[in-house]
Amino acid sequence: MSLAKTYPKEVKQILSKYPPEHKRSAVMPLLYLAQREEGYITKTAMQDIAKLLDITETDVAAIVGFYTLYHDEKAGKYRMQVCTDLPCALRGAEQFMDNLCSSLGIKVGETTPDGVVTLEAVTCLAACDKAPMFQTQGPDGIKYHENMTVDKTMELVAALKKSAGEVK
Amino acid sequence: MAHVLLRHRDIPDINKLEVYKKNGGFAAFKNAVTKMKPNEVTDVVKNSGLRGRGGAGFPTGMKWSFIDNKNWPHYVVANADESEPGTFKDREIMESNPFQFLEGLAIASYAVGANAAYVYLRGEFWQVAAILDEKIAEMEEAGYLGKELFGTDYSLKIYTHLGAGAYICGEETALLESLEGKRGQPRVRPPFPPSYGLYGKPTIINNVETFTNVPMILEKGADWYKGLGTADSAGVKIFSLSGRVKKPGNYELPFGTTFRELIYTHGGGVVDDKKVKAIMPAGASSSLIVVEDEKVLDTQMDYATVRTIGGDLGSASVIVVDETISIDWIINKTMHFFRHESCGKCTTCREGTYWMSHLTERIHEGHGKPQDVDLLLNVAKQMQGKCLCALGEFSTMAVVTGIERFRKDFDKAVNA
Repeated sequence: MSLAKTYPKEVKQILSKYPPEHKRSAVMPLLYLAQREEGYITKTAMQDIAKLLDITETDVAAIVGFYTLYHDEKAGKYRMQVCTDLPCALRGAEQFMDNLCSSLGIKVGETTPDGVVTLEAVTCLAACDKAPMFQTQGPDGIKYHENMTVDKTMELVAALKKSAGEVK
Repeated sequence: MAHVLLRHRDIPDINKLEVYKKNGGFAAFKNAVTKMKPNEVTDVVKNSGLRGRGGAGFPTGMKWSFIDNKNWPHYVVANADESEPGTFKDREIMESNPFQFLEGLAIASYAVGANAAYVYLRGEFWQVAAILDEKIAEMEEAGYLGKELFGTDYSLKIYTHLGAGAYICGEETALLESLEGKRGQPRVRPPFPPSYGLYGKPTIINNVETFTNVPMILEKGADWYKGLGTADSAGVKIFSLSGRVKKPGNYELPFGTTFRELIYTHGGGVVDDKKVKAIMPAGASSSLIVVEDEKVLDTQMDYATVRTIGGDLGSASVIVVDETISIDWIINKTMHFFRHESCGKCTTCREGTYWMSHLTERIHEGHGKPQDVDLLLNVAKQMQGKCLCALGEFSTMAVVTGIERFRKDFDKAVNA
């Protein structure tokens, strides 16, 4: 896949944000674009981005490795990232996570057998007053889900599974 | 009192361009560009006493006046990488009162002669970035952004840029590195951004809340703003209240409001009506303030007074800890955070946060050795004053104050 060929409009729009002599600034938005379809960054995508921006593949890989929202391995179609940091934990996020694991039948870091949801624990998402909360990271970007209960979450999971099934 | 920052709570639909305009929106920007010189704008902000709302509290107008006018172009960057545990104010502003923030950013850009400004958002704020992109497009369409604004020769473009989940990018030089397409690791300072910032050019960086104050300061004047706060802390502040309270949330209040008023009047009191055991006034990077003496709750929240009880107000992200919580658990959670978020550039922070996290986990899980608490305190104190940036420095605050002020909780965990 070549980003410039698959998403010509998006690539042009991203590059237009930065001075042409500093196009390296586009590496992060381009990585989001590359991650859109597979849910992770492939080696080919890294090479492609490096070529587009006149930087080395190692430069791109260093970015992928540094930031937590880029992934270099395949996981579920949706990553469910539950905040278990201090303020959320003070509002019961750890118990919520335990109950969610039981309901989904998986442990933190695992993916549901149908490949739809990967459950992850993350640090602060800046929604401390609305815990328990999590974000879903998937083909349509990142979405916040606040003031959650396990029942509400399982309804969301059912909807995600349905939508994943329809996409297939 | 009507809100200055969270105006969406008083004016429905202020996130719509027409409503914002009807309520005086963009008049301050237009007035600045058409009738004021850039340094006059900076002087008004300087005289207002506005200090940076990101945590450090540096005087805003003074920062703007440091811009190096011998080196061009200039840039302005809004720090919207809100990642401090306990802080969630900027997101509410950007989601619900976005034009006031963008207008403040535009005014700052005019004041320092920048024709391009960037909003650096934490990657998780994907939906917020989409909102801002939409609002920026509306402003361009209406002639508030773009070329030759209001018939003058001043032009301005605003762009959004998403980070990708790294707390360190809230540190201004790490943010710049990230915006340049590199790992978000802090630069050695000096030089500071007003002389060497984005792409090596003079750059002013302020927090979202800071910019959001600016249109009202220009509209109503420096004296009006100064009159809202206390002697050393002018204006209003959004206090993000979280932890063991009944009604957590953002509360915009004048500086000088007491902890008691924030927690009990606005926050509805403590969950299950327990007693407050400790307060972290500036998120996870705070010192822990003991509340054994109820009088602590009557302390005024402003930059100077909070220091008198052994803490810093910082970003005013007040986390409330009640009597049911053991402090060794609090420290374990904060250390897990800092260990995860250390960027690894300086050895002190990379190794120090790892060791502190390792020790707090061992103590909290009941495998601690009697000497572990002193060892932990020693590691934290050895780190102080030796880190490249505030992340490493602040990671020690809760550890040192937690052990010094709540030693019995740690001893209990070790002897369990």
